[in-house]
Amino acid sequence: MQPVSLRNVSKVYHLDAVEVAALNAVSLDIEAGRFTVISGPSGSGKTTLLNLIGCIDRPDRGEVVVAGQAVQAMTDDALSDFRARHIGFVFQNFNLLPVLSAYENIEYPLLLGKVAPAERRRRVRDLLDAVGLAERGDSRPGQLSGGQRQRVAIARALVHAPALVLADEPTANLDRQTGASIIALMRTLQQERGVSIVVSSHDPQVQAAADASVFIRDGRIVASKEEAAA
Amino acid sequence: MNARALLSLALRNLLRNRRRSLATLLAMVVGLTAILLFGGYRANILYGMQTGFVQQSGHLQIQRRGYFLDGGDNPTAYGIADYRKIIAAIRSDNTLAPLVVEATPSLRLGGIAGNFTAGVSRSVMAIGLVPEESNRMLAWNDYDMVSYARPLPLAGAGADAVVIGSGLARKLQLCTVLAVPDCRQASAAVDAPATKNATGASAPEDVLALSALEKAQQPPAAQNRIEMLAATAGGAPNVASLVVIEAKNMGIKAIDDLYMAMNLSQAQKLIYGAGVPAVTAIALQLRHTAQMPAARARLAALLESEFPGEPLELLDFQTLNPMYGQTDQFMGSMFGFIAMLIGVIVLFTIGNTMSTAVMERTTEIGTLRAIGLRRSGIRRLFMCEALLLGAIGSAAGLVCALGIAWLINHSGWTWTPPGYSYAYLILVRVGQNTPLLVGSIVGMIGVTMASAWWPARRAAKLEIVDALRHA
Repeated sequence: MQPVSLRNVSKVYHLDAVEVAALNAVSLDIEAGRFTVISGPSGSGKTTLLNLIGCIDRPDRGEVVVAGQAVQAMTDDALSDFRARHIGFVFQNFNLLPVLSAYENIEYPLLLGKVAPAERRRRVRDLLDAVGLAERGDSRPGQLSGGQRQRVAIARALVHAPALVLADEPTANLDRQTGASIIALMRTLQQERGVSIVVSSHDPQVQAAADASVFIRDGRIVASKEEAAA
Repeated sequence: MNARALLSLALRNLLRNRRRSLATLLAMVVGLTAILLFGGYRANILYGMQTGFVQQSGHLQIQRRGYFLDGGDNPTAYGIADYRKIIAAIRSDNTLAPLVVEATPSLRLGGIAGNFTAGVSRSVMAIGLVPEESNRMLAWNDYDMVSYARPLPLAGAGADAVVIGSGLARKLQLCTVLAVPDCRQASAAVDAPATKNATGASAPEDVLALSALEKAQQPPAAQNRIEMLAATAGGAPNVASLVVIEAKNMGIKAIDDLYMAMNLSQAQKLIYGAGVPAVTAIALQLRHTAQMPAARARLAALLESEFPGEPLELLDFQTLNPMYGQTDQFMGSMFGFIAMLIGVIVLFTIGNTMSTAVMERTTEIGTLRAIGLRRSGIRRLFMCEALLLGAIGSAAGLVCALGIAWLINHSGWTWTPPGYSYAYLILVRVGQNTPLLVGSIVGMIGVTMASAWWPARRAAKLEIVDALRHA
């Protein structure tokens, strides 16, 4: 089953009296278990595309199917529950809750999913280990470096074993070396856990790691390719 | 998300900006403290008044119909001759007996009291009562008030003994013999001529004549002996020679200048002579004020079944003392105004705090929504923060109010209420007033929740992509 399938999806933003077509009749299939990178110039519609795939925005036209379910007809609550079960997010600014420790940030999606305490502990420790922060579980985000924060964010995105993880410019706020380590981590976890990861990025390091690439410009997909490594 | 995790997150969010949370809490603490202190002060005044009225006139009174409104000047027309039977019926009633502390008759009468040794006389409002029973009523103190009531020394004294107000004692120039304080006429009274003629402010001629007649049959007058003139049931003047055994400060000057208490038998002798004695009221004092509705209902049924021919009515202490209800309304309106004012201030303070929190945490709201928290979850999170603020603010306000109340109650501060002739201790009853405590705290938490509702709703309605874009 394809984790993501978009058919003729359009999205228009209204900025005062001006209409801006962010996406124009986009059709896209993302294969399961791939590390897919969406790239394109600023304002090309990368983030809008990612938002629609992540079910945090709705298209004006077209059909969005995620994890085998058409999502545009879902109610807001149903979409929230759907995201909590099937989708993980990694943000450019990490977006961790500053009042929670690294452990608690990772645990949060499991609380939403009403996972039993023992299972929560097992999964959170497993992921803290996996992202190399086993000793920093008690640290607040403010006590962690940018790279460590992004590792926590990755762990949070994976902890509820989603089918799909979306990452919006995950290396944009990191230095080159840290960015490379984050990409390597994401790639490793993606392969170990068989999860589909879709990344929006300008970063050539990220594009180089991709199994599949989608290039977007002016709201249209102008090129896509499967890497041989896939 | 479970309640524990929600509360923990809400608490940490409150602690995130401690200065702002403290400022908000301070507004709540000051507001709640002001409400509780004023409420406690109001309760003390009302309980004090209630205690005084119930000690003097009971919770309920049985009177002849119309006496309260029209019969004050005419006790003879509104007398209850069967009062002994009525009291016996009350005391033997299975329902009423456990509720009633005391059932006692009284007779109110007006007249003129004269100290003819000093040559002065004054109008008086007298009450005839059964001293032992009246004194037992003075022991009622359901609210643990600082009571100024002292037993009447009539019990065990002679049948002609009376107690008068200290103001009346001054008017009758009995200051020295009764040791009345603040009395400028003391020396004048001692030196006053034995009698005066009809000129000036002295007694009327007929009173002097009657007095002289009675005096002739008596041993030489003591310095505390006075005469009282009253109209009998038949309309004839009647005079009794009385011994003032004590002057008593009645608190309210208007009453202090007119008050006289005597034995019921003496009062009945003055009004009814050798005729059938009656009373103007039967006072019933209950164990607790809350028993009034039950006692009243049973008493009404008892009077109707046992004394169907008697045109009697039941009056409660609020009706008998309209000042109680007026004071209650006045203090209540002031309390309501203060509470409303503080409520509005707290409403806007917390609303502003929560709105600022929503604005500052917009990206966080977007993140939580993205990872699967429902709109209702966001709303619940902010409402939970408000609930915690309300609970912490209420607890701190309660502690603060109890502390200040303790200080006030132990300060010994006094004040003289309007119309009163002596000062009362200033007391505030916060800890003992459960309805006030519960009402104020629930109200404060309610205001907190109400003020957070709009910001919480706004946070919940944020679109995820807009929230995530917020810098």
